[in-house]
Amino acid sequence: MKKYDASKKWTGPTRPYDLIKEATVAFVVVALLSIGLAALFSSPDEKAVTLQSWSQAAPADFVQTASGELAGSTISGQYGPPYNTAADGQQLGPIKVAKFVGVRIPINTANDFVIKPLGTLNDPVTNTAIARWNAADAKTQSGWATAYTDALTKASTAVTIADTNDKYGPVPMLVTSLYAMAKSGALDGALTTSDSPLPTNFTKPLLFLADSGSYFPGLADAQHLSGDQWGVMNETGSWPGQSWLWLYSLWYQVDPFKSSGNADILVMSLMGLLSLGFVLIPILPILHRIPERIPIHRIIWRDWYRSERKNS
Amino acid sequence: MSSSSDNSKMWTVRVRKATLEKFEPEDLLPDTQPAYVSSWIYVFGVLTIAAFLMLIVSGLILTLEGPAWWHTSKYGHFINSLHLWNVELFFLFMVVHLWGKFWMAAWRGKRTMTWVTGCVAFFASIFTGFTGYLIQTNFDSQWIATQAKDGFNAVGIGAYFNALNTGQALLIHVSLLPIALGVIVVAHVILVRKKGVVPPIESSL
Amino acid sequence: MVFSLFNLNHPAHYISVGSISVSPGNLVMVVMAFVLFGLALALPFPGHKSDKNGKE
Repeated sequence: MKKYDASKKWTGPTRPYDLIKEATVAFVVVALLSIGLAALFSSPDEKAVTLQSWSQAAPADFVQTASGELAGSTISGQYGPPYNTAADGQQLGPIKVAKFVGVRIPINTANDFVIKPLGTLNDPVTNTAIARWNAADAKTQSGWATAYTDALTKASTAVTIADTNDKYGPVPMLVTSLYAMAKSGALDGALTTSDSPLPTNFTKPLLFLADSGSYFPGLADAQHLSGDQWGVMNETGSWPGQSWLWLYSLWYQVDPFKSSGNADILVMSLMGLLSLGFVLIPILPILHRIPERIPIHRIIWRDWYRSERKNS
Repeated sequence: MSSSSDNSKMWTVRVRKATLEKFEPEDLLPDTQPAYVSSWIYVFGVLTIAAFLMLIVSGLILTLEGPAWWHTSKYGHFINSLHLWNVELFFLFMVVHLWGKFWMAAWRGKRTMTWVTGCVAFFASIFTGFTGYLIQTNFDSQWIATQAKDGFNAVGIGAYFNALNTGQALLIHVSLLPIALGVIVVAHVILVRKKGVVPPIESSL
Repeated sequence: MVFSLFNLNHPAHYISVGSISVSPGNLVMVVMAFVLFGLALALPFPGHKSDKNGKE
């Protein structure tokens, strides 16, 4: 039995086919379906969090984070590239990809998130604290801020710690000023307009927000959006999310990725490899034979095979 | 009437020979199909394209009113819902289409590029959807941005594609990616029209 | 501000099996994909008898 050359133009039996009509019907069906779904189920819209709403809802978490920004001990402060050189970033074996690319979005958490915004207030008391901070060397600054952050964390619900021995320098004043600035809404404005008066880039306020120890991650956790909750594929509320990201989410639930400091680069690299394999299925041995070995195609083309048997 | 040898060196003539003249009009808009195209699995490609068109339509309405409109307008919220549910339908139909094409080994007969463009369209769609989620200007977009940045930063592209830069994500989502995806999808469909629908496995004639 | 016949604006009851945790919404979408694939294969296709043998 001569095998048909699938690369040649089909010269066998045909049937009438109205392509434009099919496309039109498909469009109408999908339009009606999606209009129905939108009317029945709507879509989620959890209101955005601001530094203002954060500082009002979780004052202790806000001041701990603010103090940590001065100490450079927050996630952003310790991130590494592309924001700073505090760390090397993730690596794939010996390859330090992020470090190679370097710092391209420079962020100094103390200056960018605390000192500069406070400077826009033009408040004499705050300016005195800023001047004292700027006059100190890095080691002194770090000593003050780290000690204050530790004290706040230990106190857990306090928004300020008394400083009888000047152990914390100007830090309590700076943090308290920043807290007041955040509550008023002025910090959101100062951070978003720091590079441009008409902003569309929210890097600074979002990095600050993401440094939150408990409030922001807590909101995500409550919505099942955290990495260890398959969060990558989930949506807020009860709406369907991005189920097509199931495999990407899966790796974060299992070792070695789950407990690795290089989880992101490992998962991205693995998914990159699998995606390449997927694209190359037509030329990969074994894989490209699977459809012939597991004959689901016999169901798809059953009408044709039946007619072939009749004709032969 | 054939072109003179002078004309054949013209850029226009060369482009025409490399493109339009490779197709009969009946190839691009056929009125018949091979008799073996006889299964409901074959409708999922056109359903995917229909959902893509609905995404463009609903997306254009959202574009006209700006990215924050849907937070304050009932009509805007409905259009946002339409856009979101079309994303779900788009991926649903695409995945079923993909499964069908895999089990048909649709890359046979020099149709490798049809498979390749289809896969690239799949991945481009995921990235397009991702930028869409980034520009919702609500809590979900804030969380997605702050989480996704770690993945991008880890592989060194976070500095160039900054998930926290809403303006960049917005422009990429409404211009760069729809155009790129549109080009890929058009290439994919042209390949299907050019090569024809893959014949059955072990078919003989 | 959510206007719809069915209110999905509440935390979902996630379905957990071992380390797999899936939202009902996502589960519905995944099941729908399998159902549609199965139906597409199983449902008879209204075929017109081919009226031409070969095409020149």
